Amino acid sequence: MAEKLLMKGNEAIAEAAIRSGCRFFFGYPITPQTEISEYMAKNMPKVNGLCLQAESEVAAINMVLGASAAGARVLTSSSSPGVSLKSEGISYLVGSDLPCVIVNVQRGGPGLGGIQPAQSDYNQATKGLGHGDQHIIVLAPASVQEMATLTGEAFDLADIYRTPVMLLADGALGQMMEPVDFEEKPHREIPPKDWACTGHGGKRKPNIINSLYIEPNDLERTVVERYKRYALIEEKEVKYEEFLTDDAEIVVVAYGITARIVKTAVKAARAKGIKAGLFRPITLYPFPSKQLDAIADREHVKAFLSVEMNMGQMVNDIKVAINCKKHVSHFGRTGGVIPTPDEILENIEKVGGAN
Amino acid sequence: MSAILIAGFGGQGVLFAGKQLALAGMKMDKQVSFIPSYGPEMRGGTSNCSVNIDDEPIGSPVVTRPEILLVLNLPSFEKFESKVVPGGTMIVNSSLVHVKSQRADIHAYYIPATELADQNGLSGLANVIMLGKMLKATGIFEFDYFRACLLASAPKSRPQLGEMNAKALEIGYNYEG
Repeated sequence: MAEKLLMKGNEAIAEAAIRSGCRFFFGYPITPQTEISEYMAKNMPKVNGLCLQAESEVAAINMVLGASAAGARVLTSSSSPGVSLKSEGISYLVGSDLPCVIVNVQRGGPGLGGIQPAQSDYNQATKGLGHGDQHIIVLAPASVQEMATLTGEAFDLADIYRTPVMLLADGALGQMMEPVDFEEKPHREIPPKDWACTGHGGKRKPNIINSLYIEPNDLERTVVERYKRYALIEEKEVKYEEFLTDDAEIVVVAYGITARIVKTAVKAARAKGIKAGLFRPITLYPFPSKQLDAIADREHVKAFLSVEMNMGQMVNDIKVAINCKKHVSHFGRTGGVIPTPDEILENIEKVGGAN
Repeated sequence: MSAILIAGFGGQGVLFAGKQLALAGMKMDKQVSFIPSYGPEMRGGTSNCSVNIDDEPIGSPVVTRPEILLVLNLPSFEKFESKVVPGGTMIVNSSLVHVKSQRADIHAYYIPATELADQNGLSGLANVIMLGKMLKATGIFEFDYFRACLLASAPKSRPQLGEMNAKALEIGYNYEG
């Protein structure tokens, strides 16, 4: 094991990106993710990479499109309002089948909102991060270590499936420091980027990167092909963690920073004799629907409780996953408020009492 | 398990002190987390940070009920004194906080950290003096171990900073008042 470093989550993302071969960063500052830009500005030149502060989020995401079209590993990062600005460009990246990694260190919304941690962009990230028939892979880290590990994984997934991948974090994960070690992650086979626009030198047919298809049948064909890839992603790339779910009667579903607070609450519930467990989706798209459904089939499972830093955006995904065969309720804080273990425990007890 | 909250004005080295505790915990292979308050709170108002040091993986990084509280100024005393868990420890910078805790269920220690820093040519190191007092009061780290951590974390180009921190730590540790 390599020596551990005490790092901010934002810094861990930036360092992991550089170690993953990312050599281009385009961004525009916004709290609480600016340390990513800061780290890149300092460290990209050391590896002959480029860190460029764009004139806006819109410009940054289109620079990402350009670098990706040329075959480079490229990163952009922002926080909630800034990600909304990028959404047009993200749709173009999807339509052009271009890999890239987009970081959202979420803050409270809607509008300019606040600057404290939130998870209220769940629906945006998993359902509507751009117009058209589309998905992007969404990864939800829950520690500074995972901020690093999942950044590396995000670059691999992006290249393997030729798709943008979002790392959906929050202000707490971005700002907090924890030990992190940048050990080698498992090697994944990356296909050659023979589609990239790198100059053909008269030796091959030119590559064209484009998201415009005037002929409906052509456009339909590209979308259907892309959905075959989504099916593959849903089959092969689901990630999740289970904690004390084996005999659980109440299964709490939570991701990101909230999941670790839930762990504390689950332990406290167990100490009080309540059989609680935690199911933590790590991929939010693809959502671990099958795995949740299998848990819902267990006779001892009485109810699900979704805990999020929003007003209940994941509840429908849980209900659909388990076909509403068990009751699903929600507890959340929003607007930048981080729930305490006590509040979560209270809600686990409430669900336990009602069932 | 130690849940520590350090609070004061921006510029008093609150974040530095918190980070040193997290680093010292990490070097002992403990689970640690450090999270600063950020945003408008930092501008001229109170600054605080939460540190967790534990054998188990850490849940919430935010300490809402500290087992150890360090307060460097009056607004922080007023905001957090009531949050300390019963049986917990509070270290107060009595140079800037002229009131005493009325709570009988916590261990409160008072040290004129800002004055001690100024008298010893260690202006700006009230934070580390407070850490020294905290080590003595709680035994969370051995003095020699933590002193070595402080020395090691000074930038190599400016080792004298480490020496000054070590001196401040010693003053806080040995203060009887």
